[in-house]
Amino acid sequence: MVADLAHDRICSLPVWLGKNRRRLDEFFDVEGEKSDELRIVGDAGRVKWIGRDMTRGRITVEGHAGMHLGSRMAGGEIEVSGDVSDWLGAEMSGGAIRVRGNAGGQVGAAYRGGLAGMRDGTIVIDGRAGLEVGQRMKRGTIVVSGGVRDFAGLEMRGGTIVLGAAELRTGAWMLRGTIVVLQTIPILPTFAYASTYSPTFLGLYARRLKRLGVEIPVEESAGAYRRYTGDAAIPGKGELLVWEPRG
Amino acid sequence: MEQAPSIIEHKGVRIEDTFAEAFGMRAARVIITARSPGWARTAAGSLTGFATSVIGCKLEAGVEAEWAAGETPDGRPGVSVLVFAFDSEGLAKRLIERIGQTVLTCPTTACFDGLPDAEDRVNVGGMLRHFGDKFQSSKFLDGKRYWRIPVMEGEFLIEEAFGVRKAIGGGNLLILARDSGAALEAAEAAVEAMRGVRGVVLPFPGGIVRSGSKVGARHYKKMIASTNDAYCPTLKGRLGPESALPADVNSVLEIVVDGLDRASIEAALRAGVDAACRGGVVAISAGNYGGKLGKHHFHLRELVPAKSEA
Repeated sequence: MVADLAHDRICSLPVWLGKNRRRLDEFFDVEGEKSDELRIVGDAGRVKWIGRDMTRGRITVEGHAGMHLGSRMAGGEIEVSGDVSDWLGAEMSGGAIRVRGNAGGQVGAAYRGGLAGMRDGTIVIDGRAGLEVGQRMKRGTIVVSGGVRDFAGLEMRGGTIVLGAAELRTGAWMLRGTIVVLQTIPILPTFAYASTYSPTFLGLYARRLKRLGVEIPVEESAGAYRRYTGDAAIPGKGELLVWEPRG
Repeated sequence: MEQAPSIIEHKGVRIEDTFAEAFGMRAARVIITARSPGWARTAAGSLTGFATSVIGCKLEAGVEAEWAAGETPDGRPGVSVLVFAFDSEGLAKRLIERIGQTVLTCPTTACFDGLPDAEDRVNVGGMLRHFGDKFQSSKFLDGKRYWRIPVMEGEFLIEEAFGVRKAIGGGNLLILARDSGAALEAAEAAVEAMRGVRGVVLPFPGGIVRSGSKVGARHYKKMIASTNDAYCPTLKGRLGPESALPADVNSVLEIVVDGLDRASIEAALRAGVDAACRGGVVAISAGNYGGKLGKHHFHLRELVPAKSEA
């Protein structure tokens, strides 16, 4: 939104404080002119909707960010050095988000009543995340290097979620898509064990994510993935791939 | 075929002042990966088998290069294959047939497009997915769709669409030697040198052709190609065919090269001419049709260093 605006116009952009419309420069010191790069310095942990509907450029948040970061974004990049709150990348359709800290719940999810969550793009969280990560996502990649809370991949329609660990009910009601978990997790009884193997397609993700500093084990000598299909309660054709180190 | 008088020498071998005549084609690059380089080679060898000439095989294909694990899409060792046909539609059919029969069936392999920037794309994986009988699934990553087809071994992964680009087929060299041993040694040396060039393949067995052909036939009207009698040493002196061979030539071998562009074919031919100029070789020539059939002409005089001219 600010990419094509001059300094004065940027300063006068509306900011909502509760129900009150205010000017941006009442809360931020604004420097610079129109640019495809936006840098937010300081604690923006209560600032919502940063990067909403973004289509290009780059936003760097040096600190925390609030809810709905990158919501419905279609392109460009966002990087946050701290933590972010709920609804990170909700219903996004393109672009990339990198969070160095932790994230809240509903990462890449569909808004309540929405039919589809994330439609494409990449979200990488170095820390942990909350509930319902990737809920109703259709396409794209979500990586949470730390653990996530319950209901990761809830009602998932497609796409790929890579998790360092997960708590309960992972993949509940998932229709399609892939959830890769790098630690043993509780498996819902509506998921059926299929086989233990080394999925070739994970090599594509491993190579791509390695550029982002994320390692997915794919070497057969190191282990293999236990494949579970489900959720039979739907019945779904999704898969859980749970890493099992050799030995 | 026609032959012009020689005016050039390279390493003591006469380079005939003629040209190789080549044709516009369409090409695809298929990258085959596998658990080991050996299995990637096996699949590539099967895919490129019986693919020497569009005349009889409906396509021409060969192994282009080996790829290190770090260079391939899935991080496993691979082999790239170039496949040539006259049009995109024909190329797509042949790719579906061949990948379906030789790569899908080969243990541990996966198959990727090696021309991602090509505008023209043909649906290959998107057709082969039907082998999965609706148990297949797909992944969409970075704008590309990949199909995962369940097979008894585990899973076969193939990219949905393969790029097709304009290419050139039929670049060639003729090695005229005193005897068959010298011809073969020179051809082997040339093949080894030419295979070091990326963007080209040598579609014939071992890269070498012993039975070059002419268009049509003198005596069998339905034949679309028949032996190149002008370059058959055993027909010298016989009434009928007019030999193109000097008296001291007793064996001729041909190397055919197909490439993605003119520059890569020139590089390969240049390397081949240089390597083939060795003891026992009388002359290097090239096959053409008087320039009437193919629009790509590779003049031998441009493929040898200027100082080599006599």
